[in-house]
Amino acid sequence: MLKKVFLLLVVLAVVVPTGFTYGSKQLFLQEGEGEVSIVAWPGYIERGETDPAFDWVTDFEEATGCQVNVKTAATSDEMVALMNEGTFDLVTASGDASLRLVAGGRVQEVDITRIPSWDTVDDRLKEAPWHFVDGKHYGVPYQWGANVLMYNTEVFPTAPESWSVVFEEQELPDGESNAGRVQAYDGPIYIADAALYLKYHNPDLGINDPYALDRDQFNAALDLLRQQREIVPRYWHDAFIQMDDFVNEGFVASSSWPFQVNILKAQGTPIDSVIPVEGATGWADTTMMHVNAPHPNCAYLWLEHSLNPKLQGDLAAWFGSVPAVPSACEGNELLGPEGCVTNGIENFDKIFFWKTPTTDCGDDRGDVCVPYYEWVTNYIAIIGGR
Amino acid sequence: MMATITRRPSITRRISTFFYHYPGLSLFLLLLPPLAWLLIVYIGSLAALLVQSFYTIDPMSMLVKEEFTLSTYEELFTAANIDVIKRTVYLAAAVTVGCAVLAFPLAYYMARYANRRIKGLLYLAVMLPLWSSYLVRVYAWRLILVKEGVINSVFEQLGLGSVVEWVIDRPYIGGTGTSLASTYLGMFLVFVYIWLPYMILPIHAALERVPKSLIDASSDLGARPGYTFRRVIFPLAFPGVVAGSIFTFSLTLGDYIVARVIGNSVFYIGPAVSSNLSFNIPLSAAFTVVSVVIMVIYLLIARRLGAFDAL
Repeated sequence: MLKKVFLLLVVLAVVVPTGFTYGSKQLFLQEGEGEVSIVAWPGYIERGETDPAFDWVTDFEEATGCQVNVKTAATSDEMVALMNEGTFDLVTASGDASLRLVAGGRVQEVDITRIPSWDTVDDRLKEAPWHFVDGKHYGVPYQWGANVLMYNTEVFPTAPESWSVVFEEQELPDGESNAGRVQAYDGPIYIADAALYLKYHNPDLGINDPYALDRDQFNAALDLLRQQREIVPRYWHDAFIQMDDFVNEGFVASSSWPFQVNILKAQGTPIDSVIPVEGATGWADTTMMHVNAPHPNCAYLWLEHSLNPKLQGDLAAWFGSVPAVPSACEGNELLGPEGCVTNGIENFDKIFFWKTPTTDCGDDRGDVCVPYYEWVTNYIAIIGGR
Repeated sequence: MMATITRRPSITRRISTFFYHYPGLSLFLLLLPPLAWLLIVYIGSLAALLVQSFYTIDPMSMLVKEEFTLSTYEELFTAANIDVIKRTVYLAAAVTVGCAVLAFPLAYYMARYANRRIKGLLYLAVMLPLWSSYLVRVYAWRLILVKEGVINSVFEQLGLGSVVEWVIDRPYIGGTGTSLASTYLGMFLVFVYIWLPYMILPIHAALERVPKSLIDASSDLGARPGYTFRRVIFPLAFPGVVAGSIFTFSLTLGDYIVARVIGNSVFYIGPAVSSNLSFNIPLSAAFTVVSVVIMVIYLLIARRLGAFDAL
């Protein structure tokens, strides 16, 4: 009997957990054009399957004959890993992935003369350092946005002015401490948020770029994050769990994306967002082409299509982001007349866009900055209470 | 015409005759698929894992550098990662003890007192959760544990809200949040719930095998029930407890979902493996090697305690 039960349990233990493993990572692709495969953030390339109103793929496929295959990735690290595997044409890389892809030789220079709409791109993005390297364009800007401070309007009758509500223990306007009621982002790049806070509040450290931190600046940011660990019971990782945390778990303030804010507001929850005086970190995504892209012609057609004002506006409405093409802000039904302002187009100068920290500080300090992999190990240690 | 056909044996007959003459060959062909599976898929993937753990990644481009190095293990044994490993082992041990303490009385009742009908019902009740999706059950527990959830509201209705707060404030089992969903205790409860059936069934099976005659003999010789339990029943059922603990321990050790949904965001081996998978495969592999080593040690101890004697 024991033997039978034991065997049964072995079978169950092996079979049960396999129900939720990831799907196959590889897409099967045939040689030749007629298709294009893209690694993208969830929600970035919609073909009307989630909501029929949001579809910017079907028309493209009909017009060009290029079948669009999308592989979604949840983190920048995952995107880099997928591009390292090869077999993809394009990737919508954020700044913390794009430079890694360039350095690893995984993406190729883009010939902007093959992209007629290039001139419509926001001038501030055309030569942004997260895709314009050594005078070469390694991609086409797609969308951008800020990591905003999301807060509960019942606890904060007026918007909080500073990120201090999530960094330092204090009494909130409702008379209770913020301890246990605030969250931080569960990604090493969040160290830049702490650095940005110190840039404003502790000018003696001389932080200029929150992604280029020398050892002293880096350690100061880690100290701040250790202090934050005392008041943060849980770090957010999944956008939908964060929304649940604000609705059911009593969280009142956190760094977040406009995506969550828009959904919660649409549901009627007392939530709003603000960019505090210190400014904010943000993401600016670039569509980049794999160095061995199997379908370069379709890829160029998509790059051109990605700047289409209708696509840019629809996507901004869908994701809560800001178009890379300013003309997309006008006359878009889904986005509405105020959509770009709501999503933060006027905040560009307050935003420090994600980019991969490297040893090269990018200024006269030289190669003394802390590289990204150290950000990773240190952030895991801080979350672990060390 | 008919005669010629019946005289020649059919092709299937000839094949079976062939195998009848070569029994070793038929055994070989029967075992070939499982053996190939075991060698290529099981041993092969373990070997690939081991090899990967001796590579490292280029910190900037994040490409795996395929040359032998111990630097990934150096990285693995930094203080923060040792914390991760220790924390996981403690949690798995606590869950195992919790499961054993809860499972034993139930299994004892099922094996020794329950009549056929009740036993059938209890069996069903124990197995029932295994029929639904693991993910659904974990997320359901989140809804039970959160601030606006069942546990909190029941305690508050009873005027005992401060009890929950007191528990949250305890070191080692509590956390810094406002509800049990972000505490170690919350994770412990969810793990015990999820893996409990894997403990109950082996204990029950072991208890069923304790011969009634031994118990009668014990009481005939003057032993009180408590003494009989301690000296006869428990030692005979203990291999069942150890067998069950292999499941609860190894499943907790490898889980990577619960810590993402419940708890205070600290890392465990499972999440460390899964989050490094898309970023630093060598480190991921090294973490997996750690859990393999822990399980090998655990199984060696379990064998000494007699968990496999009945197999």
